[in-house]
Amino acid sequence: MIGLTHYLIVAAALFSLGVIGLFLNRKNVIVILMCIELILLAVNINFVAFSHYLQDLSGQIFVFFVLTVAASEIAVGLAILVAFYRTRRSIEIEDMNSLQG
Amino acid sequence: MIEAFFFYVFALMSVVAGAGVILARNTMFSVMWLIFCFFNAAGLFFMLDAEFLGIILILVYVGAVMVLFMFVVMMLELNKAKLREGFLQYLPTGGMIAFILMIEFIAAASSGVFSNEAIMAVGHLGKEVNNTVEIGKMLYTQYLLGFEVAAIILLVALVGAIVLTLRTRDDVKYQNISRQVNVRKEDRMKIVKVKL
Repeated sequence: MIGLTHYLIVAAALFSLGVIGLFLNRKNVIVILMCIELILLAVNINFVAFSHYLQDLSGQIFVFFVLTVAASEIAVGLAILVAFYRTRRSIEIEDMNSLQG
Repeated sequence: MIEAFFFYVFALMSVVAGAGVILARNTMFSVMWLIFCFFNAAGLFFMLDAEFLGIILILVYVGAVMVLFMFVVMMLELNKAKLREGFLQYLPTGGMIAFILMIEFIAAASSGVFSNEAIMAVGHLGKEVNNTVEIGKMLYTQYLLGFEVAAIILLVALVGAIVLTLRTRDDVKYQNISRQVNVRKEDRMKIVKVKL
């Protein structure tokens, strides 16, 4: 029988993969944005699993809000990236140092 | 039995796809893996009686957000060889942190607090329960404020994304629409009496 623990373990694995991706890809901002998506997906799986096993629909409503915020974050993030690429011709993290003190 | 089979298929595939996102050499393949991951997560949502969210995940996420990713990846000229530099440099630190994190999560998840004895395994809801209707009832009554705030966040993101990417070029001739509309007959035309 598939219990809550199984879903939590899947979400934990996805979350950890997202965190590893944040560390490994120091060159490409797009992959970092995708890793954030992966982390948020893990959170959503947790929300839906708890919502199902605790018989409470509120968890699914919160997944809605997480999806909304994630979508707007990606839209603004990619817009910033495009604007940055226009001026610097690069999307590497190491080139984003003009705000250093 | 068949439920367990499908759970393991979706779970395994989503984890494999998640690994593909961070390991793929080409950014385009990363996007593809992430799309695959979202499809499998939608399958997990279906198994948890969250049909509406599963559909939303496929329609909105795969259909809109990931296509946006694809557009940006295709629009930017990326140097593949250069992007992989220093890949292994951060592997020990990042791998260790993520591994410890995962061990902690799994230990917490299987500690018995969330086990089948503590939280009763629930069956699936009947066909007469409509997930979409229930979510709508709750979203438009109890969570109305959050719903409105989410709408405003989306509006701000929309305007922000347009403002950030808009650029006015000097080397192109534009029409000035308002001047064009506001022009009057007297500005452009002179009536001359011609002597016959």
